[in-house]
Amino acid sequence: MTFIDKKSHLKVVGTRPIRPDGVEKVTGRAAFGADLAMPGMIFGKVKRSPHAHARIVSIKAEKALALPGVRAVVTSADFPNIPSEEAFVGEGPMNFRDLSRNCMARGKALYDGHAVAAVAATSEAIAAAALDLVEVEYEVLPHVIDVEDAMAADAPLLHDDLFTQGVDLKPAKPSNVAKRVHFELGDVTAGFREAEVVVEGRYATQPVHQAYIEPHACVASWNADGQSHVWTSSQGQFMVRAYCAKLLGMQIADLRVTPAEIGGGFGGKTLVYLEPVALLLSRKSGRPVKMVMSREEVFRGTGPTSGAVVEVKIGAKNDGRITAAQTVLKYQAGAFPGSPIGPGCMTGFAMYDLKNVDITGYDVVSNRPKVAAYRAPGAPIASFAVESAMDELARKLGMDPIALREKNAARDGTKAAYGPTLKDIGYVETLEAAKSHPHYQTKLGPNQGRGVASGFWFNIGGESSAAVHIAEDGTVAVVSGNPDIGGSRASMAMMAAEVLGIPVERVRPVVGDTSSIGYSFMTGGSRVTFATGMATIQATENVVEQLKKRAAMIWEISVDAVEWRDGAAYPAGPNAGDFDPLSLEAIAAKSAKTGGPIGSEISINAQGAGPGFATHICDVEVDKETGYVKILRYTAVQDVGRAIHPSYVEGQVQGGVAQGIGWALNEEYVYDTKGRLENPGFLDYRVPVASDLPMIEAVLVEVPNPKHPFGARGVGEVPIVPPMAAVANAIRDAIGIRMPNLPMSPPRVRAAIDKAAK
Amino acid sequence: MPKVVLSGTAVRRFTGGQTELEVKATTFRRLILELDQRFPGLGRQVEDGMAIAIDGTIYQDAYNAPLGADSEIYLIPRIGGG
Repeated sequence: MTFIDKKSHLKVVGTRPIRPDGVEKVTGRAAFGADLAMPGMIFGKVKRSPHAHARIVSIKAEKALALPGVRAVVTSADFPNIPSEEAFVGEGPMNFRDLSRNCMARGKALYDGHAVAAVAATSEAIAAAALDLVEVEYEVLPHVIDVEDAMAADAPLLHDDLFTQGVDLKPAKPSNVAKRVHFELGDVTAGFREAEVVVEGRYATQPVHQAYIEPHACVASWNADGQSHVWTSSQGQFMVRAYCAKLLGMQIADLRVTPAEIGGGFGGKTLVYLEPVALLLSRKSGRPVKMVMSREEVFRGTGPTSGAVVEVKIGAKNDGRITAAQTVLKYQAGAFPGSPIGPGCMTGFAMYDLKNVDITGYDVVSNRPKVAAYRAPGAPIASFAVESAMDELARKLGMDPIALREKNAARDGTKAAYGPTLKDIGYVETLEAAKSHPHYQTKLGPNQGRGVASGFWFNIGGESSAAVHIAEDGTVAVVSGNPDIGGSRASMAMMAAEVLGIPVERVRPVVGDTSSIGYSFMTGGSRVTFATGMATIQATENVVEQLKKRAAMIWEISVDAVEWRDGAAYPAGPNAGDFDPLSLEAIAAKSAKTGGPIGSEISINAQGAGPGFATHICDVEVDKETGYVKILRYTAVQDVGRAIHPSYVEGQVQGGVAQGIGWALNEEYVYDTKGRLENPGFLDYRVPVASDLPMIEAVLVEVPNPKHPFGARGVGEVPIVPPMAAVANAIRDAIGIRMPNLPMSPPRVRAAIDKAAK
Repeated sequence: MPKVVLSGTAVRRFTGGQTELEVKATTFRRLILELDQRFPGLGRQVEDGMAIAIDGTIYQDAYNAPLGADSEIYLIPRIGGG
């Protein structure tokens, strides 16, 4: 299908139909990970390390196994001891040995909450009691929590076989620095010599959890013949299948994974935690095993995104033109290597047309849970630092912050700091929309301030499958291989309806399990509406071709003389007007007589995802007595390509902003001196709730992506990139104090005000 | 001949620090084979861990991505997401 340039040619795409999964969700009937029950099912629970760093001397399960009702105990001895094997199979680089050891500690516990054993019993209470009977002897080791402490030469080492990659000479000694990466463009030294104004800063962010409402949950059933089935809430049923098979040495075809409805993921459900453990417990016990994490387990045992320290230096001419930019980024990876340092390095300056750039990044392990992806992994951290520095630069130059960004904005033809030339991008359009928005013109009161920040994310395509089937009455089923996190069922149905020329209410979308649809890479990277959408469009186009052939057969004319429009076949060319149109219903009713069922499944590897840009405006009011920061108004402008279902796109933007505001103002992990997490719950780990926020206005700028037939580009990740800097810049505007360290919580804001007053 | 630029330092250890390479390859698949022949180990590293940006469009896992003689070609770290 060729790119449809004119929006006026679209009848379904761009409208706001009722979401197909809405009634099930609001009436409580949607089946999430914890909702499944099976005959004979028992319950699994995980025993977790109370130490941040400890050698596991022994694990004794005899007393637990002797407890009536206990059916199985699993430790690392039950997992294959797989060798180090690096791959890029999920949302980032992955080492299967590390993934296995993250699911179940082997030899050492590397963080408070690290799984060391699991039990399965006939009731949850018995399983909980059995955990206390599993005897683990530890040799407690020195630990390290913070990133720069972990980089110190005398820091406690987590892995004695970890040597820094990316340095010229292989280090003689192991280190907690897993990797160094470096990007450069032009001559940064010469660029700073040319500068007339220079700003420098050191910024720190805290690890924050994705805080999905639904904790991890699954049911696993291992059959006597070795064939197994897992029902789970995740961002990819095929990811769960691949990882479990790899970790347990299974043949992939022996494992079927059915996706449950998902209560949020945001990148945090792109890994396995419980599923391999539940499979082993099921294999040992001969029963289906259900496992559900508590909120405390989610915080202690699953991955947040990195905390980081980022140093930034930017030089510019007096007219605002940037001459040089430099950053050093130090990202926590958690207990195993693999922070999003690569994309962090590549995204911080991606909004700008820079000639001289130097970026150095470090991936650093410490005694925290292994990090997982979180919306635009790595980018919000880098952008907090860069966009805060840009605000300082604007102040130093006496320039409007949007004008400074316009002066340096990436446009079509700009060479990105990470190399390639950008094209078909809409960053300038977001700046123009922000500048002309009424929000930017409103006056501020006492103790109020306004901040602006921009952000970038790549977006990706990837392997995707979709099937389209026509029922006997002409209604349509669309099956895709991606869990619906951000509205993909609605958008798949709408794109199929657009191609068929029928109302979307006649198209019903479902998410298939791993045995009912072709392989699909997971839901993440803002890829599904773009990539799986392309598979859906192509499958629907195949269906249209079949419908035209059936009509040609009925009319006894050449298929070349059949046109498809508005949900019906029309005779065309020399046969125009010879027959009444044949509707989709009419052709479907004759499908048995014209060749059988009508349908198509398409599997593709979609390329050409267009990058996304956003510019946000935030107004705050600071209570100088308490340090409390109130968000007064927030406007998020984003280039979305073309919004398939604008309400869902606005929801993505609003959700990303809400999470970014939480990252900015409140969220952090608090550890005691022994490295134990002190706030593993929503009472003490404060995410924003509706009463904390104003209505977030999403402004959708549409610069279509020509690689997608309807112009779609990913939208789910960019919205979380600018908020931390937008809020920080607003606070700076309100009280005249730069807050370089997150979160900008009331005690810290109050302390900064007090310090400035002295 | 197409000119390929290695973005970042991740694979420069294979090339002895060389950042720009002229290649005969006309597709990404042939580029992987050629790089492996010239710099043993680099081809696999590129295949498993890198994406290719051709005239600004990023391709991942695309053997048949065409390398034009005048194309701008960058090998960049593979992109994921959340």
